[in-house]
Amino acid sequence: MAEASVENSIAPDRKGNAVSRFVWTYVFATDHKVIGLQFLFSSLIWFFVGGFLALAVRWQLAWPWSDMPIFGHMLFAESGGQMSPGFYNMLFTMHATIMIFFVIIPILAGAFGNYLIPLMVGAEDMAFPRLNMLSYWFMWPAFACIILSFFMPEYGASAGWTSYPPLSVFQGDAQSLWLLAMVFVGISSMMGSINYLTTIIQMRAPGMTMFRMPMTVWGMFITAIMQAFALPVLTAALLMQLSDRLLMTGFFLPENIAVNNGVATSGGGQVLLWQHLFWFYSHPAVYIMILPAMGMVSDIISCFSRKPLFGYRPMVYSITAIAGLGFIVWGHHMFISGMNHTLAMSFMVSTMLIALPSGIKVFNWIGTLWGGKLQLTTPMLFCVGFVSMFVIGGLSGIVMSAPPVDIVIHDTYYIVAHLHYVLFASSVLGVLGAIYFWFPKMFGRMMNERLGKIHFFLTFIFLNGTFFPMHFLSRMPRRVADPYIYEGLKDLLPLNQFMTICAIGMGLTQLIFVANFFGSMFFGAKAGRNPWNANTLEWTTASPPPHGNFDVQPIVRRGPYEYSHPDTECDFFPQTKTS
Amino acid sequence: MNRFWSVLFLLVPVLGIASVLMAMYGVAPLESAWLPKSLSQAGDTIDQLFNGIHLLAAFILAGTVFTIGWALWRFSDRGNSDAKALYITHNTKLEITWTVIPALILVFLAFFQMKSWAENKMNRPTVTVDGVSSFKPPMVMVKAKRFGWEFYYAGDDGIVETEDDIFVENLLVLPAGEEIVLQMESRDVIHSFYVPELRLKQDIVPGMTQFVWFNAREEKEIEIMCTELCGWGHYMMKADLNFVSRAEFDAWIADQKSAYSPEFKKAAEPTASLRTTNVLPSAELLGAAQTAVGIEN
Ligand code: HEM
Ligand SMILES: [Cu+2]
Ligand SMILES: [Cu+2]
Repeated sequence: MAEASVENSIAPDRKGNAVSRFVWTYVFATDHKVIGLQFLFSSLIWFFVGGFLALAVRWQLAWPWSDMPIFGHMLFAESGGQMSPGFYNMLFTMHATIMIFFVIIPILAGAFGNYLIPLMVGAEDMAFPRLNMLSYWFMWPAFACIILSFFMPEYGASAGWTSYPPLSVFQGDAQSLWLLAMVFVGISSMMGSINYLTTIIQMRAPGMTMFRMPMTVWGMFITAIMQAFALPVLTAALLMQLSDRLLMTGFFLPENIAVNNGVATSGGGQVLLWQHLFWFYSHPAVYIMILPAMGMVSDIISCFSRKPLFGYRPMVYSITAIAGLGFIVWGHHMFISGMNHTLAMSFMVSTMLIALPSGIKVFNWIGTLWGGKLQLTTPMLFCVGFVSMFVIGGLSGIVMSAPPVDIVIHDTYYIVAHLHYVLFASSVLGVLGAIYFWFPKMFGRMMNERLGKIHFFLTFIFLNGTFFPMHFLSRMPRRVADPYIYEGLKDLLPLNQFMTICAIGMGLTQLIFVANFFGSMFFGAKAGRNPWNANTLEWTTASPPPHGNFDVQPIVRRGPYEYSHPDTECDFFPQTKTS
Repeated sequence: MNRFWSVLFLLVPVLGIASVLMAMYGVAPLESAWLPKSLSQAGDTIDQLFNGIHLLAAFILAGTVFTIGWALWRFSDRGNSDAKALYITHNTKLEITWTVIPALILVFLAFFQMKSWAENKMNRPTVTVDGVSSFKPPMVMVKAKRFGWEFYYAGDDGIVETEDDIFVENLLVLPAGEEIVLQMESRDVIHSFYVPELRLKQDIVPGMTQFVWFNAREEKEIEIMCTELCGWGHYMMKADLNFVSRAEFDAWIADQKSAYSPEFKKAAEPTASLRTTNVLPSAELLGAAQTAVGIEN
């Protein structure tokens, strides 16, 4: 980290010895950039934890009940290193939980939202810096709960990330820790959202009208609105489940069910109520996990096509439509759940509708590429990867939104394929592209292009090798520790082994990224203010930007996408430039 | 290098379409991957939808990703011209076209599938006796529990959940070529009844009653899978499903009746209050206790 920013970001009264300076600058920071980096680093660490859990899941599916390398002997000495089925359930539960709540949501909203929103709208910081700090620090109780839950007798929550009662109500204590962790994550996200909304509405630089905001900011804005509306429902549901577990209430428990030597239950509740509440949050949440990435990808693609974003306003309207429709499609997760079958038809129609704005976005990205002067840098490759993979994920979404077809593929590996195409092959690729793109701004140095391209190439190949074959496993149920117990699934073993090998390759590939990230932080070529010749405001200030962000108050004169404007000499036209 | 990347992206639609077609038409190595052969009329309809929508999807995938690869090929900056990129901000006509056409396709899809859904989930079979039609009574009551399946055949009275029910565990024998209705309930947590060959799946929710119906056209031995996470033993919650001829079925039922004792049935019922009920009534059946390293959740 460059000296200048460190020096500048300390409040004068806090100058003291080195330790307290470090603590006040990096630990209890109120500067949005430092908080953004805190989110970035903690998410990346969790990314590797989540990745390990995924590899353990794949290990079991490829070589069931065989000795797990390394961890097997630590945890299961008595069975010779072979995992137990309960442990397997923990693995996929914690994998999903960590990836969704500790990696993708915090890295998109927490890291990039924090870092970029004030810079891109031309503000000196977030509207509520202290609330911002608190929003990061509320992640830590969640981290603590989850870490603690790994030491519970069942090694962690194991009722799936969807946590359906009654099963979840009768789990061990790790489930309570899981619920608490989710409550804390929710509070953190809520504080973040309020901050983003206020900052975007109140603190834009002069001239920065709503329709001059980059898509990144639009993505974050709409995401924050969705979070603010959906989170209260999730929080209520989490607390209800907690009270079913600890206070013997019966929100989600019907009468006369027999589980685990019977915790006495009051009964009278509705099992499906949880699913409705959960998906009312979690469907919007899946868009929360992609809209910011869509925004960043739009900006990056436009920059490296040296061409205006095609159809800026329709792009804004379509994310707004996605957000609106996102609140009325949750039932597509429940076609087979036993809810009224007529209801499935209305959820089917709304789900088909939501595919439309998603499609429009894809067409507009292609329109942006078309006729451009494409620079295939690492961030650009990741973003083009995002678009092409999102097509696959969106199309499998349409397939599943047909309820008769969903009868077959619900709760099978097909779903796993869909969600990894949208979450890994889209969101994560988008995040990686964004890291390559904004790294020079964050650390003042460029990342290595050659390593970046190798990283992209191998990730792209291995992710398709891992996830594409899952589309053909619509008869293999998900969340099953040993599918080969079924006669009809025995022939799928070689395919599963192939996917596991690709997954291991994908895991190893990420080490290239780690090396590039830390290597470039210290030895990368120095980046100037605007290494990519981009238009948006963050590129007009120093890299990394000082405390307070801008040396002079930026005055915005045009939209963010004026690339290759016919009236200008060079092929970009920064938003603040006087013509 | 630019060419290399465009080829990489062009490979996506090529391999994507090739594999979808291979799976659909049963070409090695994906010949058996997708779905087993359908055993019922309703299943065939679902297959048509499944294949049709996948073909459409493969076509759209090809179109879009091919365009992406082609754009990379054609418009990559090779540093050999000073010409700027085209300054295009939007094209209203084009945008309306690519909104309206997909919208029409989606509306068509939405209406086209409703019939199949109704057939599978809404139009419960009826019988007409003396001009009065009523729901066809279920032949078997399915009770799902951790981690096995209990089947109670309607006895001589033709009604399930009466004294003369015939109890069988983890084996469902049914006559082929007849419309069969099952009633399903759960004893503990959510389970899901999945028979890939019948294209049939239904969650079984405690506190609710579900009905499913199907008509298998062939005699065949297949499996029932549980597709809703129900605890540590979820993976072994399977049952055999044998479709046999009517004659064999009658003989089998007669056998069961003679082997059947009311005491046995009693043992299977959950006894006593919630506090004492054991979750694992079928622990002996699970046998594979090697896996149960003391974790019950
Ligand atoms: C074109 C738009 C999309 C459509 C039509 C669509 C449709 C669906 C449907 C119908 C399901 C439920 C399948 C089932 O369980 O039977 C589903 C599951 C899922 N979708 Fe999408 N989807 C779309 C886009 C997305 C996006 C953008 C994301 C995330 C970034 C996403 C993430 C997920 C996840 C995580 C699940 C699985 C949840 C679970 O059961 O664990 N989807 N999708
Ligand atoms: Cu959804
Ligand atoms: Cu199960």
